Amino acid sequence: MNQDVKTTDTVPVAPPPPSRLRTFLASDIVYSWQRQPVVIIATLVTLTMFAGALFAPWIAPQNPFDPRQLELIDAFTPPLTTSDFTGNFYLLGSDSQGRDVFSAILYGSRISLLVGFAAVLFALALGTALGLMAGFRGGWRDALIMRIADVQLTFPSILMALLIFGVIRGFLPRSMHAEVAIIVLIVAIGLSDWVQYARAVRGATMVEKGKEYVQAARVIGLPDHRILFQHILPNVMRPVLVIGTIGLALAIIAEATLSFLGVGMPATQPSLGTLIRVGQDYMFSGEWWILLFPGVALLLLALSVNLLGDWLRDVLNPKLR
Amino acid sequence: MLRKTLLASAVAAAMVASAAHAETLRWTRSADSLTMDPHSQNEGPTHAVNHQIFDTLIYQDMDVEYQPGLATEWFVHGDDPHIWVFKIREGVTFHEGQALTADDVVFSLDRARHEHADMRGLLTSIKEVRAEDDTTVHVETHEPNPLLPNNLTNLFIMSREWAEEHGVEEPQNYAAGEETHAVRNANGTGPFRVVSREPDVRTVFERNDDYWGIDHYPMEITALIFTPIESAATRVAALLSGEVDLLQETPVQDIERLANAPGLKNEQGAENRTIFLGVDLASAELRSADTDDNPFADRRVREAIDLAVDQGTIRTAVMRGNAQPAGMIAPPFVNGYSAELDQVIPSDLVRANELMAEAGYGDGFRVSLQCPNDRYVNDEQICQAVVSMLSRIGITVDLIAQTRSLHFAELARGEYDFYMLGWGVPTMDSEYVFNYLYHTKEGDRGSWNFTGYSDERVDELTVAMGQETDEETRNEMISEAWQIVHDEIVYIPIHHQMLTWSMRDDIDFKVQSENTPHFKYLKFND
Repeated sequence: MNQDVKTTDTVPVAPPPPSRLRTFLASDIVYSWQRQPVVIIATLVTLTMFAGALFAPWIAPQNPFDPRQLELIDAFTPPLTTSDFTGNFYLLGSDSQGRDVFSAILYGSRISLLVGFAAVLFALALGTALGLMAGFRGGWRDALIMRIADVQLTFPSILMALLIFGVIRGFLPRSMHAEVAIIVLIVAIGLSDWVQYARAVRGATMVEKGKEYVQAARVIGLPDHRILFQHILPNVMRPVLVIGTIGLALAIIAEATLSFLGVGMPATQPSLGTLIRVGQDYMFSGEWWILLFPGVALLLLALSVNLLGDWLRDVLNPKLR
Repeated sequence: MLRKTLLASAVAAAMVASAAHAETLRWTRSADSLTMDPHSQNEGPTHAVNHQIFDTLIYQDMDVEYQPGLATEWFVHGDDPHIWVFKIREGVTFHEGQALTADDVVFSLDRARHEHADMRGLLTSIKEVRAEDDTTVHVETHEPNPLLPNNLTNLFIMSREWAEEHGVEEPQNYAAGEETHAVRNANGTGPFRVVSREPDVRTVFERNDDYWGIDHYPMEITALIFTPIESAATRVAALLSGEVDLLQETPVQDIERLANAPGLKNEQGAENRTIFLGVDLASAELRSADTDDNPFADRRVREAIDLAVDQGTIRTAVMRGNAQPAGMIAPPFVNGYSAELDQVIPSDLVRANELMAEAGYGDGFRVSLQCPNDRYVNDEQICQAVVSMLSRIGITVDLIAQTRSLHFAELARGEYDFYMLGWGVPTMDSEYVFNYLYHTKEGDRGSWNFTGYSDERVDELTVAMGQETDEETRNEMISEAWQIVHDEIVYIPIHHQMLTWSMRDDIDFKVQSENTPHFKYLKFND
């Protein structure tokens, strides 16, 4: 547009640009969202569970992590029952320690989501940084990073997480295990999962670095780190974000798996996986609610986050449509 | 070649002979044997496996009566009360063909007194073991020991020749994680021989058709397959689906379900085992606590813990009634048991909090509790309940629950401040409890006393009760010792365990209160 062209007062004023909200509502994403009932339900379920986890301290009748609030005498109270001993009401029943299953699910999904998000962020940051370096610099750095990635890919990620978890715990004193369990879980799951981000970013970076705008940036003498972070990074982030959304569901399941195996969250601070591990002992004895409700909660959470991730991938990546 | 043919024909003949009774028993429980070295560990599941493979001089049968094993007779020497005489059974051979002699018995008793042998605690009274001739063994004790035979019921007899051949003259050093030939291989004289073993997965035994007692016992099982399954639900599912025939430790929550399941039945009885909590009461500073002193050293803190732990609620909520709350670490059928001392102190949080304040821990403290999660009935659940109960007197407990091989190895290294343990009394006499749990940890004695408790009078009484031959004087000593440790609150007892075994309803087999099945007694109803 030529700055010198004069505008006259007689030319009518252009209509104001549509608001951001309007632009968003008119976008492909919203259109696609409205057209898919499954996605709408998944969104609602996800939002409800996020809200439940976020506001757990205000919603839950009991803090299941505080042993002072557990009434052992109320153990195995069935759902929708008021205890004869303490008069406490248990919406989804109580477990073997008198823990309110409803409260335990709220607090447990809090841990699941916290670990999920943090592990994905950790994996995403690490994978993106390494992927950028490998793709942009090439040479021995590329070879080294990608061979490590290949080796790690040959192991199932849950096995990697178990290994990393064990190694980290080995270095920590026993008494710290319960306190830092959550951080160890995040690091273990994050480290087991960075590879796919690194591969996606590396591929995209190699494509981008040959494009004109990068050449132009080089010609005008911009330093590498500026080209990388201000020019290439924004253009490779889209696939990463899509992987991240699907990765969230996988990270939640990975946390549940580790806790189910008894190496994740301790029984005194149960996550959904721990609750399922504890509950499975009562599978045959008639106290089905201890296993069923946490299991359903985990299923709903993982499924709806996964559906959202799939949908986001389809929308953001027209080639896959 | 000729030998091979002979062997093959012998096997064929044996197969024909036993074809009518070819019965496989698939057996499961929560935990595997820690080692097949017969003297390295003094531990229930380990002995249970070894009792199938090895024999002892004397053993306790399914009714816990003393029965002759490899000894046919035993008596105190007529001229010298320091000497026990054992007549060794003739014509017994080991699985690999060596003939049993009195020398093997001498070797085994000496081996079990090695410093690496956990079994040595049972043999502290022995001065010397001698073979008088091929079938007579003299055991000389420092002082006359009327209870010596009771201490030999888990003392397995090995072959000297085999041990020397495989370089296992010394027992495995379990605490150091040593591996020897004897850990995964066994050559006993028992009713079953080991065909294959994968620790924690599967051990396969076959009937020893050359067993000396083949005609005396039912011996109806031809193949015995032992598959430990840690998860309670999986264990029960395996029995319900017919994958196993006999389940040794039925989870308390599933007793009712299994009682009503078609084709299955439960056998129940009191177990010779008391579950309790131990604390390090001697160290100047605890390892895991946030204090720079040792709160457990103060008797008032131990009393507060005892008052805060509500054994009655653990019984109803965690054990579903399948336990008897305990005040002492000896079940009712053990000599020295006192109903008065076994009384449980009723839970009293007000008094407990007062005691904590008096001791200077009004604001509480933080400490780790170490528990096994696959050894005792609902062990981890009990510990969780304890965590919750102690939180009410300000003690923040970090619970570390882990598999028993790790738990016991770390316990043996003395790394625990606060731990759970269960104790059975195979000798049926209190002396055993004092010897292992209360005597100062030194030399052969006090090897499971991880509390650091040391009391001169208790030590004196422990030694004396192993030597006193007058029953009345001896029982007075026992009750004095119990009173001292009871008043000191050395341990916090929780309960005496009840035992349930579940099995196919065509199996004729009763619960044994040592929780040690002797499968040679098992019968199948046709």
